[in-house]
Amino acid sequence: MENSNSDHKAKLLEIRDLYKAFPLSSGLLEQLQFKKGRLVRNRESVKAINGVSLDIYPGDALCVVGESGCGKSTIARVVTGLLRPTSGSIVFDNERIDHLPPKQQLPYRRRMQMIFQNPYASLNPRMTVRQTLEEPVRFHNPGIANGAVKEKVEEVMASVGVDPGWSNRFPHEFSGGQRQRISIARALTVDPEVIVADEPISALDVSIQAQVLNLLMEAREERSLTYLFITHDLSVVEHFGSRVAVMYLGAICELADTATLFGTPRHPYTQALLSAIPRLKLDRPAHIKLKGEIPTPIDLPKGCLFQTRCLYADERCRQERPDLKKLNSGARVACHGVEENRIE
Amino acid sequence: MPILEVNNLEVRFPMREGELIAIRDISFSIDRGERLGIVGESGAGKSVAAFAILRLVGRPGYISGGQILFEGNDLASLSPEQLRQFRGNQITMIFQDPMMTLNPVLTIGTQMIECLQTHKGMRRREARELAVEKLRSVAIPSPEARINQYPHELSGGMRQRVVIAIALLTDPEIIIADEPTTALDVTIQAEIMELLLELCEKHQVALILITHDLGVVSEITQRAIVMYAGRIVEEGPTRSIIEQARHPYTQGLINALPERTRPGQRLNQIPGSMPTLMQIPPGCAFHPRCEHVTDVCRTQVPDYTRFDHSRVACHWVAVQEQTSV
Repeated sequence: MENSNSDHKAKLLEIRDLYKAFPLSSGLLEQLQFKKGRLVRNRESVKAINGVSLDIYPGDALCVVGESGCGKSTIARVVTGLLRPTSGSIVFDNERIDHLPPKQQLPYRRRMQMIFQNPYASLNPRMTVRQTLEEPVRFHNPGIANGAVKEKVEEVMASVGVDPGWSNRFPHEFSGGQRQRISIARALTVDPEVIVADEPISALDVSIQAQVLNLLMEAREERSLTYLFITHDLSVVEHFGSRVAVMYLGAICELADTATLFGTPRHPYTQALLSAIPRLKLDRPAHIKLKGEIPTPIDLPKGCLFQTRCLYADERCRQERPDLKKLNSGARVACHGVEENRIE
Repeated sequence: MPILEVNNLEVRFPMREGELIAIRDISFSIDRGERLGIVGESGAGKSVAAFAILRLVGRPGYISGGQILFEGNDLASLSPEQLRQFRGNQITMIFQDPMMTLNPVLTIGTQMIECLQTHKGMRRREARELAVEKLRSVAIPSPEARINQYPHELSGGMRQRVVIAIALLTDPEIIIADEPTTALDVTIQAEIMELLLELCEKHQVALILITHDLGVVSEITQRAIVMYAGRIVEEGPTRSIIEQARHPYTQGLINALPERTRPGQRLNQIPGSMPTLMQIPPGCAFHPRCEHVTDVCRTQVPDYTRFDHSRVACHWVAVQEQTSV
């Protein structure tokens, strides 16, 4: 996938033709079935990611949005090396990292840190804040002096707005918002270049969401971070993202600059998604109702993944899977209808 | 003439450290067919208030004061048998997670028929017909077949439709919906909300909608109550609360939403976080986070300042109101 308008910038992270399937039936015996008097081996799998390619440039805040089960969190986990892709590659700073042995992945893991959704689950309840924050510093900088570790931890704690005087406390002594600040601090202690954030504010209350989102934006400026931001909340995307990838059933259906995507959404799914956000102002367009429900990722629809729910699907959509095609606006849309000018 | 009137409701939870007051001084009313939103962040007491209306507060919590008047009956003082005439019959409830609400080992038909047999004394066949009809009214495709299925065979959106159908079975006067779409995806949420709105209007059912989502409140309700640390801090018509909130907390909550700030700009945040019920500050509970705080806020719990259609519990608003008159 060429990217003419930003080719002059070096890509920091490239996701190439990524597939990830989770096998459902584990053992051979579970896979064997009798069909029409014959023994057949039937291997089922959940196809979580189905051919995703994304380029992330330094300073980007690329948001991946979609509804539950669309594979957005799987992307975060594959990119950070928590899961191995079924096929495809992850290239970080011109080095392919997905097939490296764990030892050799280490330097890249330092440069790419993750923030998880639930700060109640992602912090070890039996470690003090100091222990939690010191561990990554020591792990990624072997032989570092104690004084330097302490200094680093205090600097990061202060920058996320947690009083360094509280470093001997345990996670349960903090509120949800404070805990998420600590998880952000943990990611920042090793001076990463990329932060992969998987729904970092979804578990928080509205007034706390604003605090944490501000903190993430400040960190982006001060530390020139690049974000891969996974969320289902479109109003956050509109505010935070520089570019947006909309996912449906493990594939990208639209990829565009934030302003372009919210101004002129082109893919029928993007349009429906945007029309469904509850807003304070009562001027949103009428809610576009989709047909039916999301098909199971075990048994993907033939042709376009969205065709079973699309109001514009025709014979071609039912047979042929569309690729992302670039429009004049710079947006990339995977839709035969848009390509053929059938859909406004 | 309001159909439900709640007066000075208070719920307490006895704890080792002493009694915890989960909600206090909760008074509001709702008219026939009206849609009222109760908004607040987690821990504000909005769910406790809703549960208390139907006396569903779990032990050791108990209603320690106040009245819940429904058609002249005080639900707070009825015997459990008397209460059952109202609960699940004239006042029904929709909970957040449909998987927790529906019994996983019974078909949805069994659960619906049981409800009609208990509350309406219907015969089985009659009840089954009505159940199918209600499932059709919430747009469940092929209800005759679906009625024999178990909850796990339905998707999340379908399950919540079933729960709505059950809530409507007995032709209630009031439906209390506690975060009915929080567990669902946005596109499904929009469909469920539209359905709920349509059915409430069609059958003239009053809706008490508990939610943290101001967007949902704005689109569904006519009147809204904002809660903070167990107390109502502001009440008024939904539009005027969204467009000209008076209480500094309501203002902060609305202004903190990303859609109130230009993309990429710093969001307006409220400093600090909501106090736990064990550590509610003296005076106005919001005072440590409030930009308009004065000495009186630190010591005295504010009374309600009343306006034509709204009321606000805030010293700062009260002072402004006095000086402008």
